[in-house]
Amino acid sequence: MSATLAVSVWRGGADGAFRDYEVPRHASQTVLDVVTWIQRERDPTLAYRFACRVGMCGSCAMTVNGAPRWTCRTHVDKVAPDGRLRIAPLANLPVIRDLVTDMRPFFDKWARARGRFEGRATRADDFARVPPDSEKRRAAEAGIECIGCGVCYAACDVVARLPEYLGPAALNRAWTLVNDVRDAAGLERLRAVAGAAGCHACHTHMSCTERCPKRLSPTAAIAGLKRAVAAAALRGEL
Amino acid sequence: MSEARREALLWVAQRASAAVLAVCVAVHLATMIYAVQGGLSAAEILGRTRGSVGWLAFYALFVVAAAVHAPLGLRAVLAEWFGWRGRACDAALAAFATIVAAAGLRAVVAVFV
Repeated sequence: MSATLAVSVWRGGADGAFRDYEVPRHASQTVLDVVTWIQRERDPTLAYRFACRVGMCGSCAMTVNGAPRWTCRTHVDKVAPDGRLRIAPLANLPVIRDLVTDMRPFFDKWARARGRFEGRATRADDFARVPPDSEKRRAAEAGIECIGCGVCYAACDVVARLPEYLGPAALNRAWTLVNDVRDAAGLERLRAVAGAAGCHACHTHMSCTERCPKRLSPTAAIAGLKRAVAAAALRGEL
Repeated sequence: MSEARREALLWVAQRASAAVLAVCVAVHLATMIYAVQGGLSAAEILGRTRGSVGWLAFYALFVVAAAVHAPLGLRAVLAEWFGWRGRACDAALAAFATIVAAAGLRAVVAVFV
């Protein structure tokens, strides 16, 4: 193990450039540790996001040596055996400055995909009883742990080609709600996720599934949406 | 028809035609390889296809599936690589589908009669 790391960090906005830093190397060092060291010891103007540092909040995602990752859960040893790191903001999102991207397009698409629970029960109704082993509950369970970090969105080749594509996270969210038996927006949600910018644009490259730090499979969720949308279309409901 | 329904039905058409093509291509390749084993001539092959309603139906289905499938795949390529989509694009692809179907069916009929 070399004593230092050769780190290139993206500086500036969309028209910025990589700047090189030499960073002391330590055992069990994470990429977030590296970024933090640069900000504290070399350049306090370096902009980046983080909060929990333990893989709960999903705010520290960046492009590390070409792939989107949570920097807090990425050990330098795993991604930079040769001691070289190239750290850039997440792809497929506008860069605000340095390592900070504007997440608005990402979350706007959650709204467009109707990624919000819409209940029909009132306070007069009893609690909904959803059997944990029912097929729909299990389908919802498979995708419910998404924390919206944007890693899948940055990894998606279709988003890169087709900027209006809703993307894996929004579609995964929609699929969990399609399977929520308490939700009342079924058909409107299927309409929202169908079409050229929706689930049908997915090429099943599975980059989202490969990159998801929570090991979810947005690809499976999108396939489920395709089936649900097709069934509704064939029934003439869309 | 709503955009959502149209896109969903086109997706179903592409998947259904792909399923048909998977069988047709396998049968087609297997038959070709089998047919030429003993040095079968074109005349001998025509002797088997002429008047055969079974082969006529098989290859007509093959051609129709290809005429449905290929333009839908092209549609995705045109939209994503060249940003061409909408009414004019769909009209051009419908014309392409018609040409594929017409040329294919012409060949199918030619080996039948």
